Amino acid sequence: MLTIDHVTKTFFPGTVNERVALNDVSLHLDEGDFVTVIGSNGAGKSTLLNIIAGKIAVDSGDLLIDERSVKRMKDYQRAAYIGRVFQDPMAGTAPDLTIEQNLALALRRGQRRGFRLGVTRARRERFQQELVALELGLEQRLKARVGLLSGGQRQALSLLMASFTQPRILLLDEHTAALDPQRADLVTRLTKSVVERDKLTTLMVTHNMEQALRVGNRLIMMHEGRIILDLPEAEKQKMTVAGLLAEFAKIKGAALDDRAMLG
Amino acid sequence: MNAALELGLLYGIMALGVYLTFRVLNFPDLTVDGSFTTGAAVAASLIVQGVPAPVATLAGAASGAVAGIVTGVLYTKGRIDGLLAGILTMIALWSINLRIMGKSNLPLLREDTVMTPLRDNGLLGGPWSILIFAIFALVLKFAIDWFLSTDLGLSIQATGNNEQMIRSFGVNTHFTTILTLAISNALVALCGALVAQYQGFADVSMGIGLILVGLASVIIGQAIIAGRSVWVATFAVLVGAIIYRLVIFFALAAGLNPNDMKLISAVLVVAALLLPRWGFLKRVPSFRQLNRRAVRA
Repeated sequence: MLTIDHVTKTFFPGTVNERVALNDVSLHLDEGDFVTVIGSNGAGKSTLLNIIAGKIAVDSGDLLIDERSVKRMKDYQRAAYIGRVFQDPMAGTAPDLTIEQNLALALRRGQRRGFRLGVTRARRERFQQELVALELGLEQRLKARVGLLSGGQRQALSLLMASFTQPRILLLDEHTAALDPQRADLVTRLTKSVVERDKLTTLMVTHNMEQALRVGNRLIMMHEGRIILDLPEAEKQKMTVAGLLAEFAKIKGAALDDRAMLG
Repeated sequence: MNAALELGLLYGIMALGVYLTFRVLNFPDLTVDGSFTTGAAVAASLIVQGVPAPVATLAGAASGAVAGIVTGVLYTKGRIDGLLAGILTMIALWSINLRIMGKSNLPLLREDTVMTPLRDNGLLGGPWSILIFAIFALVLKFAIDWFLSTDLGLSIQATGNNEQMIRSFGVNTHFTTILTLAISNALVALCGALVAQYQGFADVSMGIGLILVGLASVIIGQAIIAGRSVWVATFAVLVGAIIYRLVIFFALAAGLNPNDMKLISAVLVVAALLLPRWGFLKRVPSFRQLNRRAVRA
């Protein structure tokens, strides 16, 4: 499905600001995997997503989707396979366009865009059906500008737009982090139902360990550009937040000890 | 007065082009100062060489599209700042326009132009020519409305609105940017070609400061007629272009010198930008309030 093969990425190489964001990272996702990614700031989580989406080029290593290398494909070309929800609720939708126009844009993911009307009666009916599932009443507001919606509503809409065409891979980049707890909870529930309904292969970055344990069938912890923990489903179900923190402290301590020894 | 209406409708075509870049694409495109003259120069020199006027006019529009593509490529592929990319094309076009025309002024007085049938029948300056110009401008307006509502047009709107988002749905925003600049400058050049035939000559300096006329039309129009939907906005732009010409007409009638017009244009744009912010226009009964009342009712 998705294979990340020994990928390395260094920002500002050769300068005092040099920073290794990804250090020889390998990861394989099977069809239908829902992987949550946690880690401290600067661990490389967002870089990992940006590299998959094609926003950032890799220094070395390869990226494969369905056994085909996508390393040389531009971000908009990869978008045919990859749906994405950003952390910023404003980032995933076009504020001056209406809800139905935004959905029409999302509907044509990876397809040619020609001179057919964007919003037709048939499409509008489909949009209404899809919006009902969000349970936000947006199906009544198809002609409302998206800029008028609240952050939670926009993020729910972004999630729908990123997923309803069933891309091969869904990338979620801390997509609940900017929402209040109640809205975050709603979007988390929606995420779960959307992913489960279409069995989407999903990679979700989150700061929230509790959320990372609640959803998905696999959990990855990153630290300083490496994957330091990879829990399969059985172990993930037994894991607790306290357990994760203990793991993290243990591995981080070990890393520090190594450095102290070398120093 | 009638001439002001005619000019307003003619320049409305240019304003529609400026609307496409300035409002839809969110790109302040200064190419128009050059491409307007290019359209005029190409059309005029082809007409002088005996090419049928409609063909020459279309060729003028096409030359504008090429100018827009150049700016678009500089901006997207060359990663040159949008304002600078437009300025570069505009300045380069000055020399190109002189090459096309061979001299700085090309008269069309005895040539067969698209305006000849109107002029020969004495319609110019009368209600019939205003009606014809209005129909032509409205046809273009509706064509733009339709285009922007297609899959391709929506992706252009999204490019100006949230580029990151639309790329994540598979749109090559370099392509949409270049395409919009091409269409916009084609409209501007079409306007230049028509204006040259209307006034009976093409002049190398006829495009100087034109971007301000376009901006004034867009901003004045949208300040008076609120509404974000495309078809309201394009209508507002046409109205703005007419109002601009009327203001110029009255300024001239009040005794101001044609040389003062550039200053008046700049003051108009500043006023149209600042007055709504200071709440001045809000107190004037306008379409904006009528709109709100309609919403409440």
